[in-house]
Amino acid sequence: MNLFSEIWIVARHSVRVALRNPMTIIVGLLQPVTWMLLFAPLLNNLPTTAGFAPGQAINSFTPGMLVMLAPITSLFSGIGLVVELREGVLDRLRVTPVSRLAVVLGKAARDLVVLLLQGILLLLVAWAMGLNVSFVGIVGALGLMLIVGLLMISVSYGFALMLRDENAVASISNVLLLPLLLLSGLILPLEFAPGWMQRVADLNPLAYTVDAMRALFAGQFASGAILNGFLVTAVLAALGLFWATRSFHRALA
Amino acid sequence: MSVIEIHGLKKQFKSGKNIVEALRGIDLNVPQGQIFGLLGPNGAGKTTLLRILTTLLQADSGEATVVGHSLRSASAEVRRVIGYVSQKGGAEAAATGRENLSFQAQLYGMRGAQVTSRVDELLAALELESIAGRPVQTYSGGQRRRLDLALGMVHRPALLFLDEPSVGLDPQSRARVWDEVRRLHDSGTAIVLTTHYLDEADALCERIAIIDQGQIVAEDSPEGLKRKIAGDVVLLGLDNGHVIAAQELFSTQSFIREIKQEPEALRLLVDEGEQALPAILQLVHERGLPIRTVALNRPSLDDVFLRQTGRSLRDDLN
Ligand SMILES: Nc1ncnc2c1ncn2[C@@H]1O[C@H](COP(=O)(O)OP(=O)(O)OP(=O)(O)O)[C@@H](O)[C@H]1O
Ligand SMILES: [Mg+2]
Repeated sequence: MNLFSEIWIVARHSVRVALRNPMTIIVGLLQPVTWMLLFAPLLNNLPTTAGFAPGQAINSFTPGMLVMLAPITSLFSGIGLVVELREGVLDRLRVTPVSRLAVVLGKAARDLVVLLLQGILLLLVAWAMGLNVSFVGIVGALGLMLIVGLLMISVSYGFALMLRDENAVASISNVLLLPLLLLSGLILPLEFAPGWMQRVADLNPLAYTVDAMRALFAGQFASGAILNGFLVTAVLAALGLFWATRSFHRALA
Repeated sequence: MSVIEIHGLKKQFKSGKNIVEALRGIDLNVPQGQIFGLLGPNGAGKTTLLRILTTLLQADSGEATVVGHSLRSASAEVRRVIGYVSQKGGAEAAATGRENLSFQAQLYGMRGAQVTSRVDELLAALELESIAGRPVQTYSGGQRRRLDLALGMVHRPALLFLDEPSVGLDPQSRARVWDEVRRLHDSGTAIVLTTHYLDEADALCERIAIIDQGQIVAEDSPEGLKRKIAGDVVLLGLDNGHVIAAQELFSTQSFIREIKQEPEALRLLVDEGEQALPAILQLVHERGLPIRTVALNRPSLDDVFLRQTGRSLRDDLN
């Protein structure tokens, strides 16, 4: 069996099982819609204070929302893994000949499907509010969002297998979430931040992602920010995946 | 040829500053084509040994081959030929029984119609057809355990490990699980199971290793183990208030080899039960002990365990 068919088997099964609980998915999908509906009206008065071109606020706000979606949805994926660890499901999977990377990626794929649907919904709402973005920009943006998602899922799986406790995974995710988001400039541009804060933000990988996302939306495809953003995010996602797979390989329970 | 060969296997767990010696040097050969039982009390190391043999855990030292493959250098090959039903099971609670089984079949490389027919076959064999479409979280303990068993044998492994296969089952489900294990064995699958039920070890296993505190203390067929005890057990039933007095009385008698207190009973191990019985009754009569019942038994596996470890296996169970 090759890696892709293994990933496909795990992903298809996980999606099928997740669909047994459609309510969870529906509530998840509503989340980005409510954000847009609650945040966007505030944008109307933003241009004058923040120096955005009139009517352009939604264009600089939506990429931030897309980046924010990934950690908020995916950083908590590990909680389900703790339950599976305790019930012996992971042990059962680890005794099969299936590659451990395939198990991690297959499970992650289920969460990424949900994330993708959320992203598309968010873009639709933004479009209804006057978002103006090229097709290439959208494809690039969703692709970048999925890489952030994979990074967050891997990190969450890594924590889950290390801590083996749902509450601990939830707390650490919460602790990480807010600084990660605020220091990425995705809610308000970091140009407003004092010098020390910008220095700290330079260390935040999501800040590069947000820059890349904004460039994609602005159609500045020649900008180095896009390459940087993809590169930083992808390298981190690969490291995260390596950590998660290794932890899964070693999981005792 | 042996399906499993183990040499000097050791495993320690560190939790904080405590070190638990879960396995203290296991040497064991499991012959081909047998139902092999690992019998031992809670914490003996049964699960740890199985987790090492199924590649889930790495031993600190020692060597083992499983179906001819070295655990250390060929763990992927080992995984391809074994099945494992863990103590906790491992079915996905949110998925149905059928979904669990189909997924497992696909993980072992089956496709399409092959999956359906194998799953149907297993559902029928373990009488799970009527509940196959329900999420596993709605199953009773016995139904769930039968599903676990089905999951372990989907791919017809050459060697199946069962960690406490019948724990928590009513006698009927238990008999069904035993039947299935025997059928599997008849079809050529080697089986290694752990249990702390003496009757299970006695009824199901052709060969037993008794494991206690991380060591194998005896290994033979159930009959062979009992034969080594070479003696009989006399069980005197009497009020708890008189058990101590009775023990004092018999502890000075040279023809009594071992004495063990039990609730409302005293267990005496003697060489020749038929000859010892009159002498025992004579003593009881002289002392005026109000005994309620007398039974003469062949030794059980519990007596074997008692002999090997100085403790009763039943004491450890609660
Ligand atoms: N991950 C672990 N960390 C620390 N100690 C452990 C761990 N796993 C097992 N142990 C300890 O190792 C010893 C052997 O445990 P094991 O689970 O192998 O026993 P067992 O024979 O299967 O018992 P039971 O009949 O209760 O299932 C026990 O003292 C147990 O507490
Ligand atoms: Mg155990």
